[in-house]
Amino acid sequence: MLTTFAATISLKTNLNIVSMEIKSLLAHTEGNLITTQISEDIVFENAFASDLMSDVLTLDASNTILITGLANLQTIRTAEMSDIECVIIGRNKKVTPDMLELAIKSNICLIESPFSVFKISGILYQNGIKPLY
Amino acid sequence: MEFNFTVTGGDFISAGHASSEVKKVLQKLNVDPKITRRIVVALYEAEVNIVAHAYSGTIKASIDTEKITLVLDDEGPGIPSIEQAMQEGFSTASEKVREMGFGAGMGLPNMSKNADELNITSDVNKGTRVEIITWLNNKAKA
Repeated sequence: MLTTFAATISLKTNLNIVSMEIKSLLAHTEGNLITTQISEDIVFENAFASDLMSDVLTLDASNTILITGLANLQTIRTAEMSDIECVIIGRNKKVTPDMLELAIKSNICLIESPFSVFKISGILYQNGIKPLY
Repeated sequence: MEFNFTVTGGDFISAGHASSEVKKVLQKLNVDPKITRRIVVALYEAEVNIVAHAYSGTIKASIDTEKITLVLDDEGPGIPSIEQAMQEGFSTASEKVREMGFGAGMGLPNMSKNADELNITSDVNKGTRVEIITWLNNKAKA
């Protein structure tokens, strides 16, 4: 499956970085896109995996994906404050209605994935998404 | 311009509301997104601290052409040693706070990193005042 979807990863040769679009993210993580009005043109370059929101709040980067097992309202608040545009919730944790409402208001793409945070991180890394530290 | 908010201790549903509103104002004022992020991250950490540790609090955000001044006053247990609280990893947070993804002792250091000026005063068993000042035009740390 990875080989099939590798073609959907856009390679920005001029910047020498690999970016991943939401469609690719969903395919690689077997994810379920919870928010619907997110632009499919958004591309991501970095990811950070943490359940510790204070750690997430130290980030200073754009086009970043947060991979977490923490499914509560403060996960979305933290993403909002950190300018994180995509949150992948691992291990089939479910997005609550108040999380969804805030994510929509804040233009944050929310994805539920059955995979563990470790597996999601590994897949994204393997497909060119960069770590922040 | 000035904005005032109230914060309720223990209310993790509303925690971050004031920070979110301040972010919207700064975006409307076309403040540099990097400076906006520093301001709202520091404010959010401080707001979560009131929710996590105090009984109640207020937030006053004053914005002029040069800077934003955020003053957070709470009624709560206070901080016995601000020097100790500023150390990374030091925390007195409850299990509930940790379950929300906070309480790792990174809040005050992160506020300090993101503020141009951070002033904290506290009276034990009365409360804490946090003042965060950030310049809006790249004068300082940004």
